[in-house]
Amino acid sequence: MLINKTKKINNLSLYIMLLPATIVLIIFAYLPLMGIVIAFQDFIPARGFFGIQKWVGLDNFKYIFTMPDTMQVIFNTVYIASFKLFFGLILAVAIAILLNEIRNKTFKKTIQTIIYMPHFLSWVLLSGIFIELLSPSTGLINKFIELFGFKPIFFLGDKHWFPITMIITDIWKELGFATIIYLAAITSIDTQLYEAATVDGAGKWKQIWHVTLPGMRMIIVLMSLLSIGNVLNAGFDQIVNMYNAQVYETGDILDTLVYRLGLIDGQFSAATAVGLFKSGVSAVLIGTFYYLSYKFADYRIF
Amino acid sequence: MKKKINIKNRIFKVIIYSTLILISLTCVLPIINLLAVSFSDKSSSVAGLVGFWPINFTLASYKYIINQPAFWNAMNWTVGRVILGGGINLLLTVLTAFPLSKQTSEFKHRTLFAWFMFVTTIISGGLIPYYILIQTMGINNTIWALVLPSALPVFNVIILLNFFRQIPKELSEAAYIDGAGHNTILFKIFLPISMPALATITLFSIVGHWNSWFDAMIYMDNPVNYPLATYLHSIIVNNDTTALKSIQEMAFVSEKTTKAAQIFVAMVPILIVYPFLQKYFVKGMIIGSVKG
Repeated sequence: MLINKTKKINNLSLYIMLLPATIVLIIFAYLPLMGIVIAFQDFIPARGFFGIQKWVGLDNFKYIFTMPDTMQVIFNTVYIASFKLFFGLILAVAIAILLNEIRNKTFKKTIQTIIYMPHFLSWVLLSGIFIELLSPSTGLINKFIELFGFKPIFFLGDKHWFPITMIITDIWKELGFATIIYLAAITSIDTQLYEAATVDGAGKWKQIWHVTLPGMRMIIVLMSLLSIGNVLNAGFDQIVNMYNAQVYETGDILDTLVYRLGLIDGQFSAATAVGLFKSGVSAVLIGTFYYLSYKFADYRIF
Repeated sequence: MKKKINIKNRIFKVIIYSTLILISLTCVLPIINLLAVSFSDKSSSVAGLVGFWPINFTLASYKYIINQPAFWNAMNWTVGRVILGGGINLLLTVLTAFPLSKQTSEFKHRTLFAWFMFVTTIISGGLIPYYILIQTMGINNTIWALVLPSALPVFNVIILLNFFRQIPKELSEAAYIDGAGHNTILFKIFLPISMPALATITLFSIVGHWNSWFDAMIYMDNPVNYPLATYLHSIIVNNDTTALKSIQEMAFVSEKTTKAAQIFVAMVPILIVYPFLQKYFVKGMIIGSVKG
């Protein structure tokens, strides 16, 4: 009966509430989405977004895939992104399990506050810090390495070390914040299971292995599925703030390529083609894995 | 048997505590080093001698920043975009999340609108069409280029709409029966009890605006219009030291100490704000990302 009453409410105001967001998205999301036609044109900036441009079909795609670096850039992107996702997830699960074992509330909260911090700091600031810390001559980290008798490592200037440095520093930045979801999953595990395990004589390790991890199975599967859509997001903010010409070979990713090709070299059409390739592949992956998570984990976004 | 488990559990405890402390140190020590460098004198910091305590303590770098008009100008831009952008974000998020939190039976087109919004997070046109659009619209070189494109943070909408959905139906039904419209329900009933969620999304959007640097770099032709993050990017990454002109000043400060001081000042507001909202954003994250 109540529902019948609510139905009579005039929904006009709901549409009015949605109006500003709809306008904003049409202008700043759907218009740029239509702008992907630039990838099929020989775009001349002077004619503007709505101007008439020459249609060239797939020429831009042929061009970008014959560029010698493109395959390497795709490889770099997938390599950096997948290592970040994989180890980031495993470590976040591990840290969440450790945090859950802490009984002292103040200690636990202090640790959490500290490890959430890097998530809120921008890569501009963090790169300023890392560039100094990782410097081969005066950086603290290299001084530490030298203490053990090793040679200093040029983390940001050596093409072998650069991607590894990106992977490690990014995992470090997001690790703490990523534990939030796993920690919540652990707290929802039935405490009777732990009691039963203790009665059976299981130590802490065994409890983690036989109770905690199985209890987190669902969330781990879900987060893995959802993260696969990010396999082409290797971290533009981070890399563009730390890379340099010396490490382009292993450090250049799709997003930095789009930026340099488009906004620095002015090859708008080729850069749009690279961007479209990236967002197209990502969209297919995200769509697929959202569908799978919906199907198997009953995950819904809204 | 019992003793064995006790010893094992104790070892386990030691491992846990030391691992967590070690990880926390990796977060804290870089900031302490940064702070120490910013308070040290030129020669010892350039030589890389400063560890976790200042050498030859001096405030020269901070005095230098205070007298640096470019820094204050950038700070103004940042505060401006945080207030304007954060305000727009909050308003649009609230207005959007409320209708979308309705059931399809109450609001027929809610799923349609929800998909309309959500699709934009999955597929985008990429950087270049965006850039050309902003240029064509002629809002480059204005603050609108920094606040309008990101006016609707869809992720925040998802957090808030899921929060709204947990509000007991009885609360709004009673008011609807009394003849209240949607506006009254939203502003008089929903918002006052949604403070934790509002705090969370406000924190996220303020941090987002505070940290954004790339948009201003590509949309602002004149570095005078750079917000703090972009200004810092230009001195950190491009090593643009033209700002350090006076030789007299350079006798006491170095690029390294002033950089450290500026990075630290740019961090302070965030370091102060987020711990107070921890309880809220943890809750918001959980509701927003894994809703059953």
